[in-house]
Amino acid sequence: MRKCSIQALDTVFETIAEAAVLYLPVDGDNGASYKKWEKGTVMSNALNTVRSPKDFFFPQSENLMEFRTSGKTIEVIDKREEKEDFVVFGVRACDVKSFDILDRVFLNEPCDSYYADRREHGTIVSMACTRPVETCFCQTFGIDASNPAGDLSCWKTETDVYFQANTEKGEKLLAAIAGVTEESDDTAVKAQQEKTREIMKKLPLADLTTEGFGAGKTAELFNAPEWKELSQSCLGCGTCTFVCPTCQCYDIKDFKTGKGVIRFRCWDSCMYSDFTKMAHGNPRLSQLERFRQRFMHKLVYYPENNDGVYSCVGCGRCLAKCPISMNIVKVMRTIGGKADE
Amino acid sequence: MNNREETLIPKIGVITDVRIDTPDVKTFRVVTPDGKKAFEHKPGQCAMLSIPGVGEAMFSITSSPTNSEFMEFSIKKCGCVTEWLHEAEPGQQITIRGPYGNPFPVDDKFKGQDLLFVAGGIGLAPLRSVINYCRHYRENYGKIDIVYGSRSKDDLVDYQEILNEWMTDDNIFVHLTIDREQEGWDGHVGFVPNYVKELGFDTNKTVIICGPPIMIKFTLEGLCSLGFEKTQIYTTMELRMKCGVGKCGRCNIGSKYVCKDGPVFRCDQLEELPNEY
Amino acid sequence: MQKVTGELLINKALELLDNGTVNRVLGWKRGEFAYDMTPAVFADAEELKNNFVFNDFCGANFSKYLIAETRKEGKVLVFLKPCDSYSFNQLLTEHRFDREKVYAVGIPCEGMVDISKVKKAAGDGILDIVCENDGLVVKTLYDTDKVIDCKEVLAERCVSCKSRKCVAYDELLGENGDVLDSSRFDEVEKLEKMTEDERYAFWQNELSRCIRCNACRDVCPACTCEKCVFDNPDSGVENKAVSDSFEEKMFHIIRAFHVAGRCTDCGECSRVCPQHIPLHLLNRKFIKDINEFYGDYQAGAEVGSRAPLVNYTVDDLEPSEAVQKGDADNA
Repeated sequence: MRKCSIQALDTVFETIAEAAVLYLPVDGDNGASYKKWEKGTVMSNALNTVRSPKDFFFPQSENLMEFRTSGKTIEVIDKREEKEDFVVFGVRACDVKSFDILDRVFLNEPCDSYYADRREHGTIVSMACTRPVETCFCQTFGIDASNPAGDLSCWKTETDVYFQANTEKGEKLLAAIAGVTEESDDTAVKAQQEKTREIMKKLPLADLTTEGFGAGKTAELFNAPEWKELSQSCLGCGTCTFVCPTCQCYDIKDFKTGKGVIRFRCWDSCMYSDFTKMAHGNPRLSQLERFRQRFMHKLVYYPENNDGVYSCVGCGRCLAKCPISMNIVKVMRTIGGKADE
Repeated sequence: MNNREETLIPKIGVITDVRIDTPDVKTFRVVTPDGKKAFEHKPGQCAMLSIPGVGEAMFSITSSPTNSEFMEFSIKKCGCVTEWLHEAEPGQQITIRGPYGNPFPVDDKFKGQDLLFVAGGIGLAPLRSVINYCRHYRENYGKIDIVYGSRSKDDLVDYQEILNEWMTDDNIFVHLTIDREQEGWDGHVGFVPNYVKELGFDTNKTVIICGPPIMIKFTLEGLCSLGFEKTQIYTTMELRMKCGVGKCGRCNIGSKYVCKDGPVFRCDQLEELPNEY
Repeated sequence: MQKVTGELLINKALELLDNGTVNRVLGWKRGEFAYDMTPAVFADAEELKNNFVFNDFCGANFSKYLIAETRKEGKVLVFLKPCDSYSFNQLLTEHRFDREKVYAVGIPCEGMVDISKVKKAAGDGILDIVCENDGLVVKTLYDTDKVIDCKEVLAERCVSCKSRKCVAYDELLGENGDVLDSSRFDEVEKLEKMTEDERYAFWQNELSRCIRCNACRDVCPACTCEKCVFDNPDSGVENKAVSDSFEEKMFHIIRAFHVAGRCTDCGECSRVCPQHIPLHLLNRKFIKDINEFYGDYQAGAEVGSRAPLVNYTVDDLEPSEAVQKGDADNA
């Protein structure tokens, strides 16, 4: 483990930014968001960014290819370019975990090269949480907010910042900032972790469990009568899916530029009425079916296909952002079980 | 420039022939610009075809893998991509990528079995690939029965091939039916599910069904009443797809993605999935 | 602090359920925390007693839910805050639901609290909020309990409340208020005073945060098209993607045009925006212009009123004059 003083953090940023584009959370009028670091940029202390960092690997819209047509002929133009190396600094434990969940989708055969390229060029520096809030429930999914994964893990105390490399990329980055950091034991980190874990126990959602969900629960849960009540006031907007770090459904569309056609990919939402609409019908006709799909996917279908891993990291963004305050916690409370029951 | 393989980036295909099958079904022959097959496939697999600026859609490959020269797609006019294709003339380029999905177990479970194909309307398209594959490797399979029905005589897809090739084969029995009486038709009249029951097949067969959901539903009931088990019956599904590789997230039935885990399902496996298709 | 209590509303609902006036109740359902109520339909007395809540965090406007609710069997009870009642009337004017299938109870509203303001004032990790008199007692994870004046944390739309008068109801609980002399156009005036470049930069900055989740549209009581043009692949403008900055602006500006003259300024669009884009300012600009060009008009103030934009009078401003006025504003 290495450390530097809080005051030296700017030098750390400067050193990182010499070799790669550095992004970190920055406070704004409407919450924190990831911004490109420039000299003088101050890192946010906010618990988390309004938008999840999934954009770094799976942007809301991206061009896949272009077409040029003339007469009856078509030319496919592959516009993929080698990506720049970049570092995302200050990612919380929940969001770091979300990358694993996205990886299982995009890196699975056949590997999505657009995603894989960004993933390969990106280094994740995580930041341990010290002040979780009431909407946090990462521990439900076995995530330790005080011990975030990532290529390089970071702990910030009142006076110092501690670094621990977890991967080759992390080692490389740690070596790059060796000049501004020094060897250290983990006493301060251990103390901070203990404190955070105590707070985690006191959170209102600390008792939320995944009991009742997971692989093999489709038959039991799909026709649960509670879906009707849970979904009845859903507006069918895409807020929950778009703020979610693990939602990865996408649409592919063509855009006529006048000179040619750009085929692009954009985030899509299973909450939208046209998501599964075909020329000759729609298997999910009402909001109940669309709402159910979202939660069954996160809590049953995804674990079934991915060794029991849930497709939720408990970041709490949907809790804070849903226009009608309906969310995965309420779904789990209603149709799942509580630990003390 | 990134040289990594990318499944979403399609190849160019050229439509070399357009056959009018029925008033709303045309069969398109597709090769690469240098006259080859775009890729190899197995019976029951699909391909993504697109017209830049119009859209991309999944179609079953109706030609048999044993056809080494070209691929064929029988396409019913029912949406923007299909409408555009129906206007296309030979020489028109489109894009093609695939193959996608799992095939019928022709080299495995089907081997040595008597086969019963049941199709309704455009539902013959995916089965034609299997039927012609089995005809090509005729010695690998037992007796073959084909029950095929449509609204009218004019709506029978691949009618000429059925008459000239399938019906003239030894040990292949084709049973055609149309929904209503029609002048010039002296064959069977009635719905497919009823016809299957009337014909009353031995239950030692493996059954492959494709057609409108309602036809599949009643045919399944009919077969079960004849004593067939769902483990003997296969079908192929269609849901909205964008990526074709289980990532875009919309063609799932429960935890199974039709594009990746399907489109071919055995009916007992399908029955275990939520009723959302 | 609201003048009517949840208990009063529950009793009213129980009475109306009991005497058969209605067979279900639209209300705010208790959440996980003190502030996350979900709109719900209550059909059961026990459920009402246990989970119906009315307090300073019940901002949701139920009027739009009536479109779906009135397609069901029986009569539904809806509680309307003054601003909700304007949406209610506007929807009736547009024949969007069957009035006969609704029993509307008007309730006074002292303004709703914006939870993000509470979080800013009281700190992280809100464990509980108790409404007491005119204050909120906020218990947090990291700090001592704080008492916050409700007025300090009111939602923007409530700070500049246009009316405390319920304009539609079958029955009123408590006393009806008055139409207020509101400051709601102040922000619009500030925008009007900007130069074109400044104003462009302002909206560019705000709308660049849009994630096209459509929450503003989906919650809007004036957005009741069976099929929105932005969901229609044949429209040529259908898009989920923020393909370029023009696209985002187009979505919001077209929407503002479409609800012009029909928007009651209920403020739901800005309340639900996950990116805190002040969308209500677009609508208010239209309302202000309509007022100035055609005389004061409040959408939803009464049922069946003909809005200036769909009503011709010989005294109407010539289109050229409206354009000139617009230019004068820019000068």
